[in-house]
Amino acid sequence: MNMQAKQAPPLAVSGITVAYQRKAVVEDVSFTLPEGKLVALIGPNGAGKSTLLKAVLGLVPSVAGEVSIYGDSYKKMRDRVGYVPQRESVDWDFPTDALDVVMMGRYGRLGWIKRPGRREKELAMTTLDKVGMAEFARRQISQLSGGQQQRVFLARALAQEADLYFMDEPFAGVDAATEKAIIALLGELKRAGKTVLVVHHDLSTVEEYFDHVLLLNKKLIAEGPVETTFTPERLHETYGGKLAIVSADGRETVVRQ
Amino acid sequence: MLDWLISLWSDPNTRWILMGCTLLGLGSGVIGSFTFLRRESLLGDTLAHAALPGVCVAFMLHEVKSAGLFLAGALLAGVAAVFCVSAISRWSKIKPDAAMGIVLTFFFGIGTVMLTHIQHSGSGSQSGLDKYLFGQAAAMVTSDVYTLMGVSVLLIAAAMLLFKEFKLISFDPGFARGIGLPVALLEHGLLILTTVAVAAGIQAVGVVLVAALLITPAAAARYWTDRLPAMLAFAGVFGALSGASGAAISTLGEGIPTGPVTVLAATLLFAVSLLLAPRRGLLSRALRRRGLRAEYARSAVQRSGALEAAEGGERR
Repeated sequence: MNMQAKQAPPLAVSGITVAYQRKAVVEDVSFTLPEGKLVALIGPNGAGKSTLLKAVLGLVPSVAGEVSIYGDSYKKMRDRVGYVPQRESVDWDFPTDALDVVMMGRYGRLGWIKRPGRREKELAMTTLDKVGMAEFARRQISQLSGGQQQRVFLARALAQEADLYFMDEPFAGVDAATEKAIIALLGELKRAGKTVLVVHHDLSTVEEYFDHVLLLNKKLIAEGPVETTFTPERLHETYGGKLAIVSADGRETVVRQ
Repeated sequence: MLDWLISLWSDPNTRWILMGCTLLGLGSGVIGSFTFLRRESLLGDTLAHAALPGVCVAFMLHEVKSAGLFLAGALLAGVAAVFCVSAISRWSKIKPDAAMGIVLTFFFGIGTVMLTHIQHSGSGSQSGLDKYLFGQAAAMVTSDVYTLMGVSVLLIAAAMLLFKEFKLISFDPGFARGIGLPVALLEHGLLILTTVAVAAGIQAVGVVLVAALLITPAAAARYWTDRLPAMLAFAGVFGALSGASGAAISTLGEGIPTGPVTVLAATLLFAVSLLLAPRRGLLSRALRRRGLRAEYARSAVQRSGALEAAEGGERR
């Protein structure tokens, strides 16, 4: 029994369906994430990628389906889960600084009423440093660039010290420095044996950044290792006719038209 | 001026009223900061206008004027109004702001009809209920001031104890839900506290204007700081100053309503903040822009000078 619990996959989703006003946005999706892998969740606009992520986290209600995290309910395993929401989901003019936002990653473990102390501050500084943002710790968050804001969100998730991470479009609209920082971070998480599920939109980088891929278009089209699953046929199935396969310097790359 | 201030303080009755209004402004300013940051400013207005029928029903049922009863009436009516707003926006395609507009005016309409009815009935003409429209601090009695004190302590204590939770649900409710905070419960708690602030404020400031005590001090405070704890402090002080000046000035003459004066004072503080606050204020921004422009112009002159020198060198 104990062995089984240890071997339980980081995330197992079965038959999850989300509907907004009777229209299914995500339909009957089932998959299991392998431990210690970087997983891309890709699909066309409106395919329900973010919705699926939010449904797994219980942020939007699902009409059917089960989610199990390390073999148990999300409620019980909450401490092992870190979450990076889309950057646009908050008001960056909020009166707070980068360090304070990162410390929010500790609120779940702090419990009620207790304020973050020196330990939380140190941890927050360490994670800020990991994303290359230590010098901006006391900067008001509206004074940060989009990429820097994204890195603050990543640092906050790191501060959660989780085993399974969910990231909603972390690469969307970021500068080159941030993209590099995120990739380095993903590598580090992988080496530490963490599992990361990333909603991703840039098909040309999937092979380079990820091990495993989920192809979604309302339904789950395919799932598996990048080498065997990220194929032109599967992509056509997912994106319909809106795809072109471009050969760049001898290497085959897939681009969205 | 000084004589006037001394006379305010020496009259025990006025002193009480002054204290009550100051505390009210303090508590409203602090809790209103969260309302402001959550972009729910219209909600305060809805709660306030909805309070009128609540107060009227409380009076009709008991035929006495009592701050506690009116507070309860205003609270219940506020909760009913919020329920209506969320029902409308859930079951129809109408957006919350429109739903609030509908509910706010509907409740206020009912309240006004009730108020007119009470005014024309026998016992009602002395009820002083009409004062609830624009507020009359002078009508407060000692027990009212005690109520205001209790309310302020409650608001400030709640804002301090639940500071980190309220901050998180205001900044990033999705993340808050993700880490297991009972976001809906906290949101309702904040809503109840806002309703309490509004209900407590209507006697002094009136249903029409009491929402200003939640929003205007917070909006002014935002200009002075980029830190939430400091913002709460600024908003509290601005609210207290507004409440105090409203109460003080309305003692100058019979029939000067407290609410409008309080709101004018708060708006004055807001205008000063908007113009003169360091860094975020309009003046400071304009100066900074001018400085940048001058600096750029200087460096442009230098660059073109260097360019000319280089070209001259080439020609030679």
